Amino acid sequence: MSGFTPASSMPVFVHRSRRGAELVLMILALAVGIGAYAAVGLGVQEKVPVDIVGYGTWLVALLVAAHIGVRLLAPYADPVLLPLVAMLNGFGLAVIHRLDLAAGASESDAFARQQLIWMSLGVVLFLITLFVVPDHRMLQRFTYTAGLGAVVMLILPMLPIIGKTINGARIWINLGPVSFQPGEVAKVLLVVCFAGYLAVHRDALALAGRRFVGIDLPRGRDLGPLLMMWVISLAILVLQRDLGSSLLFYGLFVVTLYVATERKGWIVVGGLLFAGGVFAAISLFSHVRVRVLTWLNPFDYYPDPVNGTSSGQLVEGLFGMAWGGMIGRGFGSGEPWRVPYANSDFIIPAIGEELGLTALLALLLCYGLIVERGLRTAIVARDDFGKLLSVGLATSVALQTFVVVGGVTGLIPLTGLTTPFLSYGGSSLVANWVIVALLLRVSDQSRRPLPTAPSDEDLAAEETQIVKLDKGAMNK
Amino acid sequence: MNRPIRTLSVGCLILFVALMLNLTYVQFFKASWYNDRADNRRVTEEAYAQQRGDILVGKKAIATSKPSDDKYEWQRTYPGGKKYAPITGFMSYSYGQTGIERSQDSVLSGQDNKLFTNRLVDLVTNSEPAGGNVELTIDPKVQDAAYEGLTALGEDVQAATVAIEPKTGRILAMASTPTYNPSKLATHDFGAASKSFNNLSKDEDEPLLNRSIQTALPPGSTFKLVTAAAAIEKLGMDGDSKVYGGASLDLPGTTTDLPNLNGTSCGGEQITLTRALEVSCNTAFGQLGMDLSDEDMRAQAEAFGFGQHYLDDIGPQAKSRYPTNDGKDKQARAAIGQQDVIATPLQMAMVSAGIANGGEVMKPYLVDRVTSSSLDVIDQGKPTTIDNQPAISRDTAEILTQMMVSVVDNGTAEVASIPGVSVAGKTGTAQSSKERAPYAWFTSFAPAENPSIAVAVMVQKSGTERSEIAGGRLGGPIAKAMMEAAIS
Repeated sequence: MSGFTPASSMPVFVHRSRRGAELVLMILALAVGIGAYAAVGLGVQEKVPVDIVGYGTWLVALLVAAHIGVRLLAPYADPVLLPLVAMLNGFGLAVIHRLDLAAGASESDAFARQQLIWMSLGVVLFLITLFVVPDHRMLQRFTYTAGLGAVVMLILPMLPIIGKTINGARIWINLGPVSFQPGEVAKVLLVVCFAGYLAVHRDALALAGRRFVGIDLPRGRDLGPLLMMWVISLAILVLQRDLGSSLLFYGLFVVTLYVATERKGWIVVGGLLFAGGVFAAISLFSHVRVRVLTWLNPFDYYPDPVNGTSSGQLVEGLFGMAWGGMIGRGFGSGEPWRVPYANSDFIIPAIGEELGLTALLALLLCYGLIVERGLRTAIVARDDFGKLLSVGLATSVALQTFVVVGGVTGLIPLTGLTTPFLSYGGSSLVANWVIVALLLRVSDQSRRPLPTAPSDEDLAAEETQIVKLDKGAMNK
Repeated sequence: MNRPIRTLSVGCLILFVALMLNLTYVQFFKASWYNDRADNRRVTEEAYAQQRGDILVGKKAIATSKPSDDKYEWQRTYPGGKKYAPITGFMSYSYGQTGIERSQDSVLSGQDNKLFTNRLVDLVTNSEPAGGNVELTIDPKVQDAAYEGLTALGEDVQAATVAIEPKTGRILAMASTPTYNPSKLATHDFGAASKSFNNLSKDEDEPLLNRSIQTALPPGSTFKLVTAAAAIEKLGMDGDSKVYGGASLDLPGTTTDLPNLNGTSCGGEQITLTRALEVSCNTAFGQLGMDLSDEDMRAQAEAFGFGQHYLDDIGPQAKSRYPTNDGKDKQARAAIGQQDVIATPLQMAMVSAGIANGGEVMKPYLVDRVTSSSLDVIDQGKPTTIDNQPAISRDTAEILTQMMVSVVDNGTAEVASIPGVSVAGKTGTAQSSKERAPYAWFTSFAPAENPSIAVAVMVQKSGTERSEIAGGRLGGPIAKAMMEAAIS
């Protein structure tokens, strides 16, 4: 007996909270954000921006608030995620400011100013999310509510009066002075819905069902609600002509399903369905066909559009990146104004032009790290819902980055999506801050030390108590 | 569920690696492909909107960038104007660059590797990268004489001239008419530029052509210098050697004869080689062409530079050539600069310069120095010969010089004589076709004992009557004025 150590008293690996590390990284992130802002002023106007102190103070205040919020509300959360998104957001602000200067925007209608307001809102929502969701498992209760909410969000832009079509995509709603893309909120709701549903039904999906040509097909009643969900989302997206989100939602769905069931068959089925969908979309919809054609032969549609189809945006972006080369032309020395919508979908080519391949590889590494930290959170998560939730959230960042960066660099056909945290776009920014809050919440739950069970000695030390139960209580 | 999550993370890794590889491809490996595209306005406009270096003659800029208050910031202007247009070329938004603007573009735009340290300094000090300057070998006095001489021939004239310093190969003058105003093509008023360009390209006198290097025509009698050189080298002749001087030369294998220009003999059945050159005797040189082998003739022509491009500083250039002649009749005609022999004015100037420099033909060059924006000398043109072998021996050169001086003193090139200076020269009149007037040539150098300039003048088309066209009368005064400008 002497050599036997009971399992309960084995040294359990306990995660450190690492908030100090987060603070150091936050300072680096702030240095990048404020430094980039100063560099833009120096490069474009040959002077440090006059509002650098006010701007810097506001950025510091926002991010310190976020850091303190994490210290108080999620002390064991992953220490790398917040600095990464802080850096991306701050850097994105500087680039948007640079594009404002290129466009000759005045103070009041400057995109950077609006983006800073959206960022502030994002950080507030980040803190609120951490506060009202003390345990991510409570979100599982809202599985179907979230699903319904996502559908409503996706239908909203289709409604008259509040719905608004911008650049051919009907994905906006008018809320008084501001426009909002409810699809970005739908993204988060869908992830919650998928995770909640699959956490409950994963066993049935994985085990029950019939085997057909080597593939285990699930029972219709297990799959029904999800398939319906998927069809509704896709139908709305096809009607709204938003290819990027369509791709993102479908990818999220297949990945979460695969992780939940641990069956590679889903990837195969998903891939086949995807191929079929792409084929159908190309043959049925001219706006999809045009995207593929301009991707394959961009120079056929440049500089003069053919039948109203132009690849000018893509080609100018490629020219810009090629012109930037390895180290870029420097802030103020490029011509990013040649690319329409450089501050939203095409912010990557704008950065590539002025800061070069070096900056873009660094940015991609940051996105890669966000995804990696998200998936790491999924690995250490202690419950199925937490795992699926963080897988969904991390995958949404990975897919969105791939779809937009791949699109603007000519790797895949161009579909409209914003670059997470970098691009101008309030809805996307706010939604992504909520995604980070949820990831931090799951990570806090997973890395927090387990409540220690009272040991035998503790119990022995307790005085034995005799509890006398009365009859009434026993008969209850 | 951890196994599929690990698989998923590998999948995400693949996506990000794919993005990074693609970016590296776009921004590094394929970047120059994008940058070289003509429809890439970033690159074309940057080149256009840049402060380029100056093209200088002496201390004076003949092409410079002036600040402009439009979005292109700098306007290229050409103080050298029409006189220097064939050399500077132009820099236009829609029609690219020509001349020195094109050949020295990397220096003028500051992209040249020679300017690497300057670029580095510009980068560190965050100042606008400035282009380097190109200083030409042109002597403005000789260029003035050349341009004034050509324009004095009148309107509607196609002519060109080149002057070389025989000892070094420095090009002292290069002019061509008709010419154009490059500033009109460089203007930021693109509509006006396009109108000017269209008018110039439609003009049948081809004003955009730099005839001194881009037009190769039969050199006519000026080519007799090459034939005479071959005869002295290969047949051991000298100025007093006797050659055939009859009125007409029977061409074997044909029914035609080769007559002299005026149909009379050159002063007897047998004349000296010097006399043959003085009167530009077709029958004498036709006979020499048949006596020499076709290979020897071509070797002699190529030793002077035929069949090659020797001027690297500007382009494009036409190639002068002495093609294969099968048959004695063709050899005879080739020997007097007809048949299929063609030469540019630059080539004929090189022939004279070679003779003037004791047989060594120097490689012609136009760019004297390249200086950085801060006027440090980056590159300095150095005289080199076109070949390790001289084209002709020093003795041959001396004999030819004496003969050419005699042409000016006693022969057809009298119009080029300068009091107190011994001038060596040779005229040429090349038949083109029955319908059009012959081409008039003139080549010379001076002073004969220590030459400082060699000139070739070519008049392709002039308003002069057919009978009036003789090399001496049209080209001689121009060559004379240029030589005087160089000597004084």
